[in-house]
Amino acid sequence: MSFLIITVLLGAVMLAMAFIAIYHKKLIVAVIATGALGLFASILYLLLAAPDVAMTEAAIGSGLTTIIFFYVLNRIRTDAKEEENEA
Amino acid sequence: MNKLFILIIIVALGSMLYPLVSSFDGNSELSSLAQFYAQPDNISKVNSPNLVTAIVVTYRGLDTMGEVTILFLTAAIIAFFLKKGGTTRTLRLNSEIFKTSAKLLVPIIVMLGVYIFINGHLSPGGGFQGGAVIASAVILMLLASPNTKLKHNFFEALESTSGLVFVGLAALGALLGLGYLDNAILPLGEFGKLFSAGAIPVIYSFVGLKVGAELSNILNKFQSVQSDK
Repeated sequence: MSFLIITVLLGAVMLAMAFIAIYHKKLIVAVIATGALGLFASILYLLLAAPDVAMTEAAIGSGLTTIIFFYVLNRIRTDAKEEENEA
Repeated sequence: MNKLFILIIIVALGSMLYPLVSSFDGNSELSSLAQFYAQPDNISKVNSPNLVTAIVVTYRGLDTMGEVTILFLTAAIIAFFLKKGGTTRTLRLNSEIFKTSAKLLVPIIVMLGVYIFINGHLSPGGGFQGGAVIASAVILMLLASPNTKLKHNFFEALESTSGLVFVGLAALGALLGLGYLDNAILPLGEFGKLFSAGAIPVIYSFVGLKVGAELSNILNKFQSVQSDK
């Protein structure tokens, strides 16, 4: 029973993170919410007896993609500012 | 009008997918495919305590090879399209705590990654996971000291060699008449020991090195095109 409660709670938190990722105005918060979503997903995979997938999700989903998102965000932002200045 | 259209599509999709949800009552036993892989006969054939790894590397080894190829293509395309911008870059100084802890943690994380892919046939994990952990160590190093220059050529050579060895080992199985990607080209050894399960640990070590080098290369590329201008 407690397993079910934890699973449902994790699912609810994941949904909340997904909504933050979509609707938050600040992109940085959205990216971090995506990373947190991956982290909670990896815990859920672990509880559902898939440790191999959980490892991948923790390393790729919440680690590397977040960093890549930040790199891309940084790059895009400077470009947008430049265009504003030129206009 | 537009919203009505979207609503119709949502309702149609929902009514199409509803039978799947309503008829789902969980599995009390393994599906027929899983049953085929989990039969005791097959377990003794691959001799690996972590059956997931055995399936991923031997029975579904072709899928793994496809994944590795896709990753290679991704890395190649990223390297092709990311052009180095301006060279000016003002960096905020990292705090001493971050730099010191990164220095302390990077070797440990790399060691954990190597542990994960060497023990892929014994415990959860494997080449892809280990490689991703190694790449996360590399990104920690790059974040802590952004002026580090990674040896680009070394990573590329490592990646190509590992890929070639992976394909070579796979083809060796076919040449010996055992079947493409068969793990019995090396002695199967004692169940549960480090040197067991035939070629699985060897193949997974090379997959781990390849994935680690590729992801590090991608991250390094993203890092090197960052600039103020």
